[in-house]
Amino acid sequence: MNFELILANGLHGALGATAIAFILAAIGLNIHFGYTGLLNFGQVGFMLVGAYGAAVSVEFGLSLWLGILVGIACAVVLALILGIPALRLRADYLAISTIAAGEALRLFYRSDAAEPVTGGVFGLTGVGRDFYDLNPIPRGSYDFGVIEMTSREVWTRSVGWGLVLLAVILVYFLIHSPWGRVLRSIREDEDAARSLGKNVYAYKLQSLVLGGVIGSIGGILWVVHRQSVTPDGFDPVVTFFLYTMLVLGGAGRVLGPVIGGLLFWFILRSFETFLDEAMRAGYIPAAIMEPADIGAARYVIVGIGLLLLMVYRPQGILGKRKEMVLDVR
Amino acid sequence: MSDDTTAYTPLADVAAEPGVAKPDPLLKVDDVTRAFGGLMAVDVSHLEVQRGAITALIGPNGAGKSTLFNVLTGFDRPGSGRWWFDGKKMAHMPAYRVARHGLVRTFQLTKALSRLTVLENLQLAATGQRGEAITAAVFRPLWSRQERAIRHRADELLERFRLDHLRDEFAGTLSGGQRKLLELARALMVQPTMVMLDEPMAGVNPALTQSLLEHIVKLRDEEGLTVCFVEHDMDAVMGISDWVVCLAEGQVIAEGPPQSIGTNPAVIDAYLGKQHGTPPAEELTS
Repeated sequence: MNFELILANGLHGALGATAIAFILAAIGLNIHFGYTGLLNFGQVGFMLVGAYGAAVSVEFGLSLWLGILVGIACAVVLALILGIPALRLRADYLAISTIAAGEALRLFYRSDAAEPVTGGVFGLTGVGRDFYDLNPIPRGSYDFGVIEMTSREVWTRSVGWGLVLLAVILVYFLIHSPWGRVLRSIREDEDAARSLGKNVYAYKLQSLVLGGVIGSIGGILWVVHRQSVTPDGFDPVVTFFLYTMLVLGGAGRVLGPVIGGLLFWFILRSFETFLDEAMRAGYIPAAIMEPADIGAARYVIVGIGLLLLMVYRPQGILGKRKEMVLDVR
Repeated sequence: MSDDTTAYTPLADVAAEPGVAKPDPLLKVDDVTRAFGGLMAVDVSHLEVQRGAITALIGPNGAGKSTLFNVLTGFDRPGSGRWWFDGKKMAHMPAYRVARHGLVRTFQLTKALSRLTVLENLQLAATGQRGEAITAAVFRPLWSRQERAIRHRADELLERFRLDHLRDEFAGTLSGGQRKLLELARALMVQPTMVMLDEPMAGVNPALTQSLLEHIVKLRDEEGLTVCFVEHDMDAVMGISDWVVCLAEGQVIAEGPPQSIGTNPAVIDAYLGKQHGTPPAEELTS
């Protein structure tokens, strides 16, 4: 058993571009769910429109930078389309319409009708060329103790974590302002906020747009890293991973999605390697599990971890128990 | 406390009949209806609420008191009707704008914002906060001075309502009575001209009831606020109100000074049912 490899792969998972993309999306979801109490079950839809906004722009000859703006604009439009009707209604309507919208978007982007623009099921490639052209880090491999990174990885990860830092700072300042206070009051009781003269609907819409935009930036980073975009990467399960990360770290905490995301991806990747190693070493007989089962088995561990967390620390790693106890209305 | 009611004179010459005009009405209601399916929950043809007075709204369960509150404060849509607050037409105005115009309500089931601290509950309620705009929120210098002023005002109110020792506790940890006090203090942060209190005494222990009543009287006497409240506790109603309006089956069936309302046959009918045997006259007046 190579424990160093298990640790290294875990760290690669936690620090990698996919984790960063998901963490950004979870930061957006934290604004929705953690601070405003909006049940958005279609955060993946915001990632998708952001990613495709950028990819399609690049495909049609625009620069990636313009494409990023297009992607963000798409997320704003999606938030308005979803929010203007659904935010006037009870909370559950938003949940239903967002989960449906996320899946409908995926099916639409992969459809034959959309193929001339989106590339259908095959998607689009070469999204991130402009980004990697800017890479100032000389080619080669860089040693960071346990893990080694290519120049490309160093570049993507530094920019990615820089974006996470910016998003965290933005959320920190927003939440600790009177604006954030109104958001949290809406989470607690929107009728009370209304009775005190707050335009609840406008705040919910702002929250949905802002969180959606941060989610779309996550989606863009994801496809820039992968250099390709396919609709089936934006499965509804992505949203549930985001919720898992959020609950793990603590919803309604500024760093909750970051800590939760790091942990989620570390556990996922290190456990995957652990099973792989154990199998190679013959500790796990083929009768019990085959290499093809590893992908599914790692989620079992995440599930068990989440279960234990719910029993012993329902507020998440960063959450305050005291707040959790009050969450009964 | 009964001398409070006699001390207040403007309503002395007003006739005790449903829909009567008041000398200085702050709130005027005309033909407001609200039906739930076939049930007419509210059907008020005319009602005026005197400025600077404490008006109690009574009536048996299901009389439409809370529904009338909801309609007047923008939390429910009326089937028809018009009403004016301080001369301003209020029909179809969303709830948050009603509050900004100075008509602030509280709820029958208190809505303490559980995971905000007591102080934050009050700070939230201040109106016209610059930092509430998303564009200004990230630039603290734009709103930090105003925020300090708001915190100062909130601290004063907390002291007045004897909640200052709970300032940094989550509102969700407060007892039922403390929540009622918090809601009242929070409503005052909006700097209203009129407060509408939906059962302010419900679920409050007797000791705190007394203190709540004193606070309500002070709103009128010291701040010149107009108070309208729904209440089932008749002692409270008789003790502090200047005027009582009785609602039954959605309609105003009687109104008048508190002394007259207990002997009003229409009120007795509404509470006991019209089939009750006509009691001897001495029983009614005793």
